[in-house]
Amino acid sequence: MAVADEFGVLTKAFTGLGVDEKSLISILGKWHPEHKQSFRKTTRDIFVEDERQFERWDDRHVQKLQQEFLRFKDAVVLWTMHPWERDARLLREAVYKGPKYGILVEIACTRSSEELLGARRAYHSLFEHSIEEDIAFHIHSSEKKLLVGLVSAYRYEGPKYGEEVAKSEAKILKNVIKDGAKKLHEEEEIVRILTTRSKLHLKAVFKHYKETSGNYLDEDLGDHLILKQTVQCLCKPETYFTEVLDVSLKGIGHDFAKEALTRVIVTRADVDLKLIKEEYHHLSGFTLSHKIEEIANGNFKDFLLTLIARGDQEN
Amino acid sequence: MSTLIVPPHVPSVAEDCEQLHKAFEGWGTNERLIISILAHRNAGQRKAIRHAYAETYGKDLLKDLDKELSSDFERLVLLWTLDPPERDAVLTDEATKKWTKSNQVLVEIACTRPSKGLILVREAYHSRFKRSLEEDVAYHTTGDFRKLLLPLVSSYRYEGDEVNLRLAKSEAKILHEKIKGKHYSDDDVIRIVATRSKAQVNATLNEYKNEFGNDIIKDLEHDDDNEFLPILKATFECLVYPENYFEKVLREAINKRGTDEGALTRVVATRAEVDLKIIKDLYHKRNSVPLHRAIVKDTHGDYEKMLVALIGEDDA
Repeated sequence: MAVADEFGVLTKAFTGLGVDEKSLISILGKWHPEHKQSFRKTTRDIFVEDERQFERWDDRHVQKLQQEFLRFKDAVVLWTMHPWERDARLLREAVYKGPKYGILVEIACTRSSEELLGARRAYHSLFEHSIEEDIAFHIHSSEKKLLVGLVSAYRYEGPKYGEEVAKSEAKILKNVIKDGAKKLHEEEEIVRILTTRSKLHLKAVFKHYKETSGNYLDEDLGDHLILKQTVQCLCKPETYFTEVLDVSLKGIGHDFAKEALTRVIVTRADVDLKLIKEEYHHLSGFTLSHKIEEIANGNFKDFLLTLIARGDQEN
Repeated sequence: MSTLIVPPHVPSVAEDCEQLHKAFEGWGTNERLIISILAHRNAGQRKAIRHAYAETYGKDLLKDLDKELSSDFERLVLLWTLDPPERDAVLTDEATKKWTKSNQVLVEIACTRPSKGLILVREAYHSRFKRSLEEDVAYHTTGDFRKLLLPLVSSYRYEGDEVNLRLAKSEAKILHEKIKGKHYSDDDVIRIVATRSKAQVNATLNEYKNEFGNDIIKDLEHDDDNEFLPILKATFECLVYPENYFEKVLREAINKRGTDEGALTRVVATRAEVDLKIIKDLYHKRNSVPLHRAIVKDTHGDYEKMLVALIGEDDA
């Protein structure tokens, strides 16, 4: 490869998600001092001209690089963890480093009743508190009630539900939404229905809502992000995860969004990643693998692609 | 400590089943035989008997008991024979469907059972009623009561002994402030009482007493017209002084004109294998008369005999 091309490859190896370990080894490993010098002088966003006549690593970039070197390790650790510990740690981080309502909703609503209970148990072991006590204590916004309710639920998972009750609750939701309160997530009936009813019951409510109002419930809740996410996570998680991936794969600037890529693929690989892939393709016109090839590097990229491919082998 | 007396040499499960089946045969029922067996078997043994009975006779023991027995005696025997989580599921279902503002059963079960125990109740509730306990509580209760009861039945409290004293002090202060201002159903009051571990609540109430002089229970007694207050008071009592709470329920059930059999049955059936001995001793201390004597005075027949057997005072 010509040296100029190598500059391009090396720059890509340092940008995006994860690092391209092979290229770093094969290129950097054989460069002489003058090649490295050349690289430093021409790559202006990674190296800055210091006043004392040398090219210095940009501090922010070194920090970013540190994160990117760890991205593969973080993915591996998350993948290997017991799902209960994994979810307990994700919940903890969402409360203490944020708060990140989306992740709290995601975990409380997309896990099965037993998985959520397990996460709560693991939370006891790891942090010597209950998750509900920590959320209630650390979150002061009006979303608190909804979040505590979601995380405390131990939903019935059997096949029975009341069709008439589902119909009347769809009506209740329709009226509450129509009344147009600003903080819909504080409305008692909405919180009651979303935090206590079984998923099957809620799917029936969703269906009746569409039949009687002509709209999808999650779309009508569009102005109230936390409620929209709650409904999606409970009734059609693939839609929720597809949107998270879409944002993550576009908005590369935010750390938060970058972590979502790992989290979604690692936590859904053995659950519904196949469905998510299909919906992502439908939404964006690209395959998930294609996008990941574009923006991820090295071992991190290979690991994600391997996890994504698992779903294909199974059915 | 349990008051249940199980004989040192227990007959085989098959023998027990046979005897019970005989007790139902022909005209009338041999209640004495039923009491002599069921009132002297622990939860594991009763479960084995139910299972074997179903296998041997193709019928549910509880359904046969329901057919053969009646009124207070029947209710006591049925409640007693059920597996504890299932029993609590039945009790919470009743409490929810026939909910009134003075009903303390939901608080009692949500707060006196250990964390894991409450989860088992919720599981049993799923199995039996095909819905979750919390969805029924949310649907059937209203206002401040729902605000307290829903998080109570949904809680999965940390069960460790660790206590944060600084937090206990600050939360005692919050409680004091809210109670003084009569904001009994304030968000923070509910948060503290519904999510903190029992050890933490206990520490908080100790700090409350240290700092403000009174037991929180005393401070919650001043507002006779407030319907919510007794429930809040019962919540603290159940979390931190359950034996005192149960002694009080028994005392009021027995002293009441006509006796509140519902409460008497419930406390004896649900605590006989847990801490009825302590409650019994407290009762004697507080009322100057032993529990069994008060029961004998106020009840009669097979109901009385079954109660006396469960509190460990029969001669069997």
